[in-house]
Amino acid sequence: MYDKEKQLIDAYMRGTVSRRSMIKGLGAMGMTAATAGVLVNAAATQALAQNGFDWKKHSGTTVKLLLNKHPYTDAMIANLDNFKALTGMDVVYDVFPEDVYFDKVTAALSSGSSEYDAFMTGAYMTWTYGPAGWIDDLNEYIFDETKTNPDYDWGDMLEGVRKSCAWNGQPGGELGSDDAKQWCIPWGYEQNNLTYNGSMLAKAGVAVPTNIDELVEAAAAAQAANDGIYGIGVRGSRSWATIHPGFLSGYSNFDQKDLNVSDDGTLSAAMNTKVSKAFHRKWVKMIQDSGAPDWSTHTWYQVGTDVGAGKSAMIYDADILGYFMNGGGNAMAGELAYAPFAANPAASAPTPNIWIWSLSMSTFSKQKDAAWHFLQWASGPEHGLFGASQMDFVNPVRASVWEDAGFRKRLSDSYPGYVEMHDVSAPGASIKFTAQPLFFDLTTEWAATLQKMVASQVPVDEGLDQLAESVNAQLKDAGLG
Amino acid sequence: MSDAVVPAKRKGFRISPGALPYVLSLPALLVCIGILVPFFTAVAYSLQRYRLSQPWARRWNWGENYWNFLSDNSFWNTLQVSLTYAILTVGLELVLGLCIALLLQKRTRFNNFVSIMLLMPLMTAPALASLMWKLMTNPGFGILSYFASLIGLEDFRWASDPSTAMLTVVLVDMWVYTPFIMILLLAGLRSLPKQPFEAAALDGVPRLFVFWRITLPMLTPYLLTATLFRAIESVQQFDIIYAMTQGGPGDKLTVFQVEAYLNFFQSTNVGRSAALLMILWVITYVLSMIFIKQWLKLRERQRGEA
Repeated sequence: MYDKEKQLIDAYMRGTVSRRSMIKGLGAMGMTAATAGVLVNAAATQALAQNGFDWKKHSGTTVKLLLNKHPYTDAMIANLDNFKALTGMDVVYDVFPEDVYFDKVTAALSSGSSEYDAFMTGAYMTWTYGPAGWIDDLNEYIFDETKTNPDYDWGDMLEGVRKSCAWNGQPGGELGSDDAKQWCIPWGYEQNNLTYNGSMLAKAGVAVPTNIDELVEAAAAAQAANDGIYGIGVRGSRSWATIHPGFLSGYSNFDQKDLNVSDDGTLSAAMNTKVSKAFHRKWVKMIQDSGAPDWSTHTWYQVGTDVGAGKSAMIYDADILGYFMNGGGNAMAGELAYAPFAANPAASAPTPNIWIWSLSMSTFSKQKDAAWHFLQWASGPEHGLFGASQMDFVNPVRASVWEDAGFRKRLSDSYPGYVEMHDVSAPGASIKFTAQPLFFDLTTEWAATLQKMVASQVPVDEGLDQLAESVNAQLKDAGLG
Repeated sequence: MSDAVVPAKRKGFRISPGALPYVLSLPALLVCIGILVPFFTAVAYSLQRYRLSQPWARRWNWGENYWNFLSDNSFWNTLQVSLTYAILTVGLELVLGLCIALLLQKRTRFNNFVSIMLLMPLMTAPALASLMWKLMTNPGFGILSYFASLIGLEDFRWASDPSTAMLTVVLVDMWVYTPFIMILLLAGLRSLPKQPFEAAALDGVPRLFVFWRITLPMLTPYLLTATLFRAIESVQQFDIIYAMTQGGPGDKLTVFQVEAYLNFFQSTNVGRSAALLMILWVITYVLSMIFIKQWLKLRERQRGEA
């Protein structure tokens, strides 16, 4: 590296020059933003090595990871050499596509295998893994100064996201409570908001919807005004994954819950209230009028690719799905925009339910301290900033990354409204489900019921009453109700 | 002194004659252990209240998982869907496979070529076949949706609609497995003795009569074999249905294997999942017994007639 560039980067690392000024300065020296980012990241790693923490403690150790094929994984792999240089450790990994990923995790953990030291997971899955005794409470590491580097800055994690990964293991227990165990570390997360095709809405003469009634109308209008498209993309497959994105985000915006938790800790169904029935009726009508014709088989993949291919006018789903569809080889690349969405007209802000790709440590690992070295690096601010600014590591889970001017500019330049959408909805973003061991049973049945309603096999009110009855019976049978 | 060569004794490991039978049966024993250990483990699990997410509640509940099935609507639905699927697929594939085999019965170059070509779907993994069909039935760009629209079915939703979901997966199953039945029956048809057919031809017996009274009875062992194999496989169907609809819409296609898979891998309800598979095992066992008995009866009858 030339002296001038090095001095500039060092000045940034000391905090005397802003990141924006530093990138601008490096640009003036003929360096591309991408190269500058890589150099800054390398310098950040060097700085990390000098923060007094013994990064070399596990030098020569190899940790093995189980990973899902995902842009977050790509970002980590792209930066892995820095970790190896920093620690002298080696990292090996197996990457599986999402279709089979969680089966692989369940098989590995339930067999008590020590093959993997750490793995990617979703917070919902830890409601099974934690009580089963397959993963460790990471609070034991996070708050141990001898094991965690001083620059880790746990408080920098977005509060709603951080708390959503912590549960005390009591069915119905509040997420992030004082006695909660940190079953996983947030890595990247998804809020559920609107991604829309501006030209399709403009052709229909409708504004970007701001509540569920407007969404139902706008979807129908967009479908009518544009040939060969459908109005709104939402998930519909017979899976728990149909409930957690747009559906639950809108539902919880009306202060509705999946389950009631009584004072004695017993659980009961809460989805057959009057307000819930009204919301379900609107949701079902929206899909019947303007959803995908093959909605009942739609997973996140079809929802995303359809809006990217110009087959749908909007999606109410993961914001990062809209992010990825606005680039690459998608037909609608550069045509999509984003808006926060509060389904309830009376609500002051959106309350998106969130999906969090997280990192957990296997209880069966034989080298937990070394694995924690990796986890704290992978979830640290340096890698977060590298991934967000150089790769597609969105949405970052750290406030400091969201405050980074370069990252915000990069997003705003190519993804109109994305930063604003995030800023508006982040305060209300958290997991809205009740943490309990029957999560997957009950939400899958909820999705199946929704399918029956959309297919007019059962009226909405009756379907929800039947669902509530079934949920209560299952909770009782499991000793939870 | 004679120079006769005395054969040198072979060196190395020798098995005593007494131990030989045991050594020879060892591979079979190992295979049996490999099958029986998981089987009895599953039996044990099916008699427990065992959910991985509630390890503290694990206990023996003996027949409770099975007893609960009696009042469990979703179980009866699963049983009904599984049997409907098996009956439809096996029945339709038998009829279609037999028709094709009859058409290709005569040994000509063309028929031989076509019979080989028709085996192609059988070479396709069922999960991949499902994905192909999923694309072909896509309402936006699927070729089958296009054809459906040409005959007036403008909004035909294939597997997405509860009223046509079963039809769609049955079609996929037929596409994949009809060649299996066809090739089995074709082999049977071509191996039948020619004399009865020549005698019938000399007497001027109508072809339909020949089919019902000569061909079909002589082909019955092959039909039974094909039915047995397909029925067992069909009642255990997983990949086509899971890849197409995950058991939906609603609970229209929740066959045994899909339900058991979701119970274990998604709900981590090991006890219920194992109990479901035990019921499936009983159904498969009963089916096998029925077919094998019929097959043996038929063979006895044929021997008696000979």
